[in-house]
Amino acid sequence: MRSRTRPIPKADVSAPLSVRLTVNGRPRTIAVEPRTTLLDALRDMLALSGTKKGCDRGECGACTVHIDGRRVLSCMTLAAMQEGRRITTIEGLEDGGRLHPVQAAFVEHDGFQCGFCTSGQIMSGVAMIEEAKAGWPSAATADVARSLTLADLSNAEIRERMSGNLCRCACYPNIVEAIAEAATGRR
Amino acid sequence: MHRFALSRAGDAAMAIAAHARDPALAFIAGGTDLLGLMKDRAALPERLLDINGLPDMARIEAVPDGGLRIGALARMSDVAADVEVRRRFPVIAEALLFAASGQLRNMASIGGNILQRTRCPYFRDGDDLPCNKRRAGSGCAALRGLNRNHAIFGWSEACVATHASDVAVAFAALDAHVIVRGRSGERSIPFGDFHRLPGDTPQRDTALERGELIVAVEVPAQEAGRASHYLKVRDRQSYEFALVSAAAALATDGRRIRSARLALGGVAHKPWRLTAAETALRGASLDDVEALKSAIATSFADARPLAGNGFKVELARRVSLRALQSAGARA
Repeated sequence: MRSRTRPIPKADVSAPLSVRLTVNGRPRTIAVEPRTTLLDALRDMLALSGTKKGCDRGECGACTVHIDGRRVLSCMTLAAMQEGRRITTIEGLEDGGRLHPVQAAFVEHDGFQCGFCTSGQIMSGVAMIEEAKAGWPSAATADVARSLTLADLSNAEIRERMSGNLCRCACYPNIVEAIAEAATGRR
Repeated sequence: MHRFALSRAGDAAMAIAAHARDPALAFIAGGTDLLGLMKDRAALPERLLDINGLPDMARIEAVPDGGLRIGALARMSDVAADVEVRRRFPVIAEALLFAASGQLRNMASIGGNILQRTRCPYFRDGDDLPCNKRRAGSGCAALRGLNRNHAIFGWSEACVATHASDVAVAFAALDAHVIVRGRSGERSIPFGDFHRLPGDTPQRDTALERGELIVAVEVPAQEAGRASHYLKVRDRQSYEFALVSAAAALATDGRRIRSARLALGGVAHKPWRLTAAETALRGASLDDVEALKSAIATSFADARPLAGNGFKVELARRVSLRALQSAGARA
């Protein structure tokens, strides 16, 4: 069987690799060093600075983006491993000038203060609502064997599911309210 | 990060051969632990081999006899959301859901999760403090340093670190097997033999050899599955590693324990199975709290707390008890 393993380059190990991916609906090709994180590629090569670098260690959630619709930490992801993936950042959430309902709810509920964590909070919240719609349980779910619906998305569930996004201004109560309204219409 | 080369593996045999002949090559799947180690210079591979494209390794299969086979590339979130995992072994789903964050669970693979390296701050510290796990022979800064989060069982003078995985504790309690492929075929490692105690060689975490790839974790069918629970106690309510955690699974006749499985996290260099307690729990009533407590106590005779973590002994007993009682409530 012919191997599809690419030969390991001998000369310049960190020579840029060409990567094709779709970012906010647009096909893009970038040349990145293997060590470039998706976060750095988005900010420095594609000028999408809405995604923030907080801890750069997977601890704060500020760099949250979606890959193929799933929320991930772009600081702990290599750009060169994203060939063919569909990336969505905070810049790609609005629709023809209209805010995404989660963005609008953050404005309505004052879900931020300094704003540094906000794009990560919103990207995380948008995907988290989809996870709940798909019936995913969380650590706040009493019986994981039971199937779940959006109606089960209590404030305790929202807090648990959003725990990967830290806000040092501590706007948590308003963030929870914003997400609860966007997800369930509950105010 | 330092400079390295990156390539993509198309088939497992070639990936294994490349790993076997190249000590500076590391596999990468989710990357959530490896990239952190590389940023902290606690791992400096010269070549990364992306194994995410390997076929048939992300499946979660409910085996007809009642067991599970979880592909090594299955993501934590997919395993936790799997209906059969949740129904057959709630302890596995719970252990996964109590770990990391939603974002990290979408990224991290099961194979990588059980291979994650310790969170000991001396090991992770970029300033190269004494750590035998990081640099053999350099000493253990935690032994007489800040060791509140460290081991109370099975540690050595060379290393007092704990293993941070939650789901590994559930796998240990359930007698899972790690299915590993090497150049000469597959072997099945009982979960209790997969992680090592530190001894004189804390730089080695597991029984994996160079040139071996985890392909799956298999959980055998058993009567104690549904009545199971994972309890995790930590410094904050969510998104934190365990101070102490417990995985418990029970088979019962009414309120009487027929067999119990009990393992602790956050207390040793590997998931710590309470085998003496399991034997002592046979026949005990779930309603007899004193009997449960004294059965659990039989596994604490060899507890050796460090200067900073004496509280973990009592905490671990109580966490064990409550995990058993919660599992019992599902029986």
